[in-house]
Amino acid sequence: MADDLKELKIELSKNGIFTTTLEEIYNWGRKNSVWPLTFGLACCAIEMIATTMARYDLARFGAEVFRPSPRQADLIIVSGTVTKKMAPQVVRLYNQMPEPKYVIAMGACAISGGPFRDGYNVLKGIDRYIPVDVHIPGCPPRPEALIHAFMTLQKKIDAQHISGADRPRHLQADQPSEFPVPSFGPHGLEPAQNDEVFVAALNNPLKVIQ
Amino acid sequence: MTALPSVEDIKAQIEAGVPGAAVTVIPNGSPSAQHSLQLDREHAVAVAIFLRDHAELRLDYCSLVTGVDWLDTETSEKIKVKKVVDGVESEVDEVRKTKVPGYLEAVYHLFSMEKKHGPVILRLRTANRTDQTHVPSLTPVWRSAEFQEREAFDLYGIVFDGHSDLRRILMWDGFVDHPMRKDYVPPADDLLHPGVHA
Repeated sequence: MADDLKELKIELSKNGIFTTTLEEIYNWGRKNSVWPLTFGLACCAIEMIATTMARYDLARFGAEVFRPSPRQADLIIVSGTVTKKMAPQVVRLYNQMPEPKYVIAMGACAISGGPFRDGYNVLKGIDRYIPVDVHIPGCPPRPEALIHAFMTLQKKIDAQHISGADRPRHLQADQPSEFPVPSFGPHGLEPAQNDEVFVAALNNPLKVIQ
Repeated sequence: MTALPSVEDIKAQIEAGVPGAAVTVIPNGSPSAQHSLQLDREHAVAVAIFLRDHAELRLDYCSLVTGVDWLDTETSEKIKVKKVVDGVESEVDEVRKTKVPGYLEAVYHLFSMEKKHGPVILRLRTANRTDQTHVPSLTPVWRSAEFQEREAFDLYGIVFDGHSDLRRILMWDGFVDHPMRKDYVPPADDLLHPGVHA
């Protein structure tokens, strides 16, 4: 928005007139009512639970309603070690969520396999199969880190445009909403990664959002 | 609480109680000195029942079953060989290498709830680690061994004959490898980041 329009908006609000754009109010509503999925995988889930409790109080950000069904959730927090046996279920849960949907990969295991990376049974990062919006390092990350990731996600939602070529995936009809569920092969998961998601993420390096 | 007899005493009792059983004491040189008893495959179940029902031992609780993978090893020793060199007989050093075939091992830790003593450690060994990987199951003797024998079957490939429900327990059914074996190699594409690692 042009600067003079912003000034006009401020001037109007001083006189008791509230103006907004459709994009602004749409994103404002979405970013302040992100409902996460009740879904925990390992010790990171304990930190996620602590984040929702009174001391850290995720409800301050409008995200206290953890939904027990993926059909009602906007955000999946992959909180912990994703074993190869669990990975198809994580992808399936993500597929069952309605758009717009977001993913936070919480902790070393969820982003890369963490200390179990060299093991035979652990997936080396959930971003091999589903597009991750925010990665949080840590083992496990403290509740403050999860809150920071959540605020980062809010900033990301706030910056999305509802029209134009750079509009988010859920507003582009030709973009996928569901991603292939890996199957159990004789030596590991098949395929080992979803190239469309994983290679695309590598070509678009992670940004550190302050 | 009754003191547990030494492994040598237990071995003697087994050999007296189960005719034909071949028991070998495997010493443990560490400070814990938890020596173990290796049983032959043919008499293992009879020995297990004997240990469980023995009035003094009463090893009624099997707390742990696990697997060990022992790779093929090669030992070399120097021996003196008489050889005729240029018409003169002389002693020549020669290195002789012997291949010791590897095996898979199932380890059982037994305690007695009634007598409050233990552990007695049993070992069962397979003939090799490729095509003869069978040992008798002790699940019919101690029910608690059921899932742990399945785990050893899953991760080491030890086949427990006589097990009532020998399926993989941690990995999925279509999985073919045994990941805890020392020569297990994870799939290559699994370790690489395409575009990052060439």
